[in-house]
Amino acid sequence: MTPAAAVSPLGASAPGGGAPPLLRLRGITKTFGAVRALDDVNLDVHAGEVVALVGDNGAGKSTLIKTISGAGPANGGTITFDGSEVHVRSPQDSASLGIAVVYQDLALCDNLDVVENLYLGREERGHNQPLSRLDEVQMEQHAIELLDELQVKTLASVRTEVGMLSGGQRQSVAIARSLLGEPKIVILDEPTAALGVAQTAQVLALVSRLKERGLGVILISHNLSDVFEVADRIVVLRLGRNGGEYPATSDQRQAVVGAITGVGADSPVAAQAAAAEASTPSALSTKKEPS
Amino acid sequence: MSSAPASAPQNVKERDALTGDQGNPVKRTLKKLAAGELGSVRVLIVLALIWLIFSIANENFLTAVNLTNLTLQIAAVGTISVGVVLVLLLGEIDLSVGAVSGLAASVMAVLSVKHGWNAYPAIAVALLVGAAIGLFQGTVSTRLVIPTFVVTLAGLLAWQGAQLAVLGNTGTVNIEDEAILNLAGVFLAPWLGWLVAAVVVGALVVAEIGHRRARGAAGLEQAPTLSSVLRLGGAAVALFGGVLVVNADRGVPLALVILVAIVANFHILLTRTKFGRHVFAVGGNAEAARRAGIPVARVRTIVFMLASTMAAFGGILAASRLQAVNQSSGGSDLLLLAIAGPVIAGTSLFGGRGSVWSALLGALVIGSISNGMDLLAFESSVKYMVTGGVLLGAVALDAVTTRGRTTIRT
Repeated sequence: MTPAAAVSPLGASAPGGGAPPLLRLRGITKTFGAVRALDDVNLDVHAGEVVALVGDNGAGKSTLIKTISGAGPANGGTITFDGSEVHVRSPQDSASLGIAVVYQDLALCDNLDVVENLYLGREERGHNQPLSRLDEVQMEQHAIELLDELQVKTLASVRTEVGMLSGGQRQSVAIARSLLGEPKIVILDEPTAALGVAQTAQVLALVSRLKERGLGVILISHNLSDVFEVADRIVVLRLGRNGGEYPATSDQRQAVVGAITGVGADSPVAAQAAAAEASTPSALSTKKEPS
Repeated sequence: MSSAPASAPQNVKERDALTGDQGNPVKRTLKKLAAGELGSVRVLIVLALIWLIFSIANENFLTAVNLTNLTLQIAAVGTISVGVVLVLLLGEIDLSVGAVSGLAASVMAVLSVKHGWNAYPAIAVALLVGAAIGLFQGTVSTRLVIPTFVVTLAGLLAWQGAQLAVLGNTGTVNIEDEAILNLAGVFLAPWLGWLVAAVVVGALVVAEIGHRRARGAAGLEQAPTLSSVLRLGGAAVALFGGVLVVNADRGVPLALVILVAIVANFHILLTRTKFGRHVFAVGGNAEAARRAGIPVARVRTIVFMLASTMAAFGGILAASRLQAVNQSSGGSDLLLLAIAGPVIAGTSLFGGRGSVWSALLGALVIGSISNGMDLLAFESSVKYMVTGGVLLGAVALDAVTTRGRTTIRT
C-alpha cells in the first residue's frame, strides 16, 4: 500500500459554517495487522442533518461506523461529540453519548411482538425489584405514541409478532427502537436493502422525520437514488480514505459515482485509482466511463 | 401478499392486507388454530380425543379413581417438564434432567434414612444439589461455548454415576419419613379442595378485571369481552370440574396442587417479568438480545439452574410416590418423556415459542396414553410405539404450522 499521504477532503468547504457539528471525526485510522482499513478519515455530522456515507464494497464504511459505535474502536484520530473530545471504546460508551446504531440485520426477535421488541433490554416495570411485573400498559401506550409520532401507520396492532411484519415495517420498528434511548445521532446501516419500492419510500419518509426531530443521521447505502432523495450531504469513502464530499443535489450524481469508483474526472483520488485499477482491473473496469 | 396495494407509504389498505379477514371471527380463530397460535387449545383437543378413545375401550378409564391415579402418575414428570420447557424456550436442551432427578432423590433418601435427617433439610439439600448442578452445567456451557447437548449428555452419565455412589452398596433405600411420603400420598379434604379452587378462580377474575381496567384507563385496545369470559369460564369449569371428580375418590392430591402451583408461578415468571421476557428474547434471537444489552450468558445459566432444580424436585416427588429410591430412579424413559411432553403440547424445540402450561398438558397426554394402555393390558412394546407416534405426529404438525407462519411474511 502507498504511504499515508494526506488526502484532504476536497469535497467542499465545510457546509453550514454556523453551528459546530454534533459529531466530528478527525484523522480516524484503523488497522488490522498490516492492513490499513481506515486512513486519516474525517467526517462531520450536524444536528438535523442526514449525511449519507457511500462507497464501494470494502471502502471502509462499516469499519468507520464501528469506530463510532464502539464495536471496533479506532487506532488513531479524534472523535468530538457535542463540542468535547470523547473516547468510544465500547457500544455502551457510544450509547451513553447518545449514538444509536440500527444494524442491517435489524437485531429484532421474530418471536416477540412490536412492543416487546421496542422495549427489549429496557423494559419498564412497576417497581424496580428483580421479579416485579412488567408495566405492559405503559410500554404499549408509549409504543403507540412513538409510532404515531413517526407516522408509522401500517401496523395493524402493536401486539403483532415482528416475524409476521413486512421488511419495511420491521425496519420501521428497528428505527423506532433506536429512538427510545433518546439519541442525538442515529446511524442507519443499509436501511433500504432488500425492500420493495413502497417499503423503501416508507423507510425514507421515516428518515426525513428523524431529521425533522433534530437528530443527526448517518445513512449508509449502496442505493444512490435513495441517498439523493433523503440526504443533505454525501460523503464518499474510497479504499479507506475520504473520497470527496458532495451536496446531495441531482447534478452531483455523476461526480459521486466517479468518486465512488475513482475514475471520474473530478475525483480527488483519480490518480490513485488508476494505480489501484492496474492491480485489480476486473472490479473497477465496469464503471469506466469518464465524463 | 406483498405490498402491491400500498402505493403510498401510509396506505390504509396495507393494514387490511396484513390482518386478512378481519370481519369473520370464527374464520380467524380457525386460521389461528391451524397456524398453531392456539397451541394449548389444540393439545386439549388431542387430549379429549385420547380420553374419548380410552373411555370407549375401557369403562374404568374415566372414573374418579383412575383420574386421580393419573394425576399422581404425572406429577413427577410434569414437574421435571417445567424445567425442560424453560430450557427449550432458549432453544437449548438438557439431557441430564432424568439423572439429576435420580441423584437428588438419592441424596434426600440417604440423608433422611441413613443419616436420620429431618425431611425438610434433606429436601432442601437435594434441591440445592440440583441447583448447583444447573449452575455448573450452565456455566461450563456459556463460558466455554460448548453446546448444552454435549454438556448435559456428559452430565447424564456423570450424575448417574454419582447416584450409584450416593446410594452405596445397598442399592435400594426405602423412605419412611412421613413428611416426604405425604408429598405424593396426602389428599386435601373435600372442603379444602373446593376452597382452593374457589380462591384460584376468584384471583383469576380479579386479575382479569384489573387488567381490563388498566388497559381501558390507558385507552388501549381491549380483547373482546367474550374471549375473557370464555377463558375465565374455561378455567373455572376445569378447576371445579376437576375438584368434583377427584373429590368423588380420595380428594385433591397434594402433588397435583404442587404441580399446578409450580406451573402457574413459572407462567407468571415467564410472561410478566423482565427475566421471562429475556428468556424468550434469547431463545428467539440471541444476537439481538445481546445487542439489546441483555446478559445472555446469565439468563442461560439461571435457566439451567431452574431446570435442574425442577428436575430435583420432580425426583423427590417420584421418590415420595414410590416410597423408595433405587439405582434406576430417574433412569429409563423418564428423561425422554419429560422432553416429549412439552413438545407434544406445542413448545418449540428451536426456542422462543412455547408455554410452561405445555409441561402440564404434555404430561397429561403422555400419562393418559400410558395409563389407558395399562388398563387395556397392552404390552410395553405397543405403549412405547404409540407414544412415539403421538410425539412424531405432534412435531410434524408443529413443523407444518411454523412453516405456515414463516411464509406469511413476504
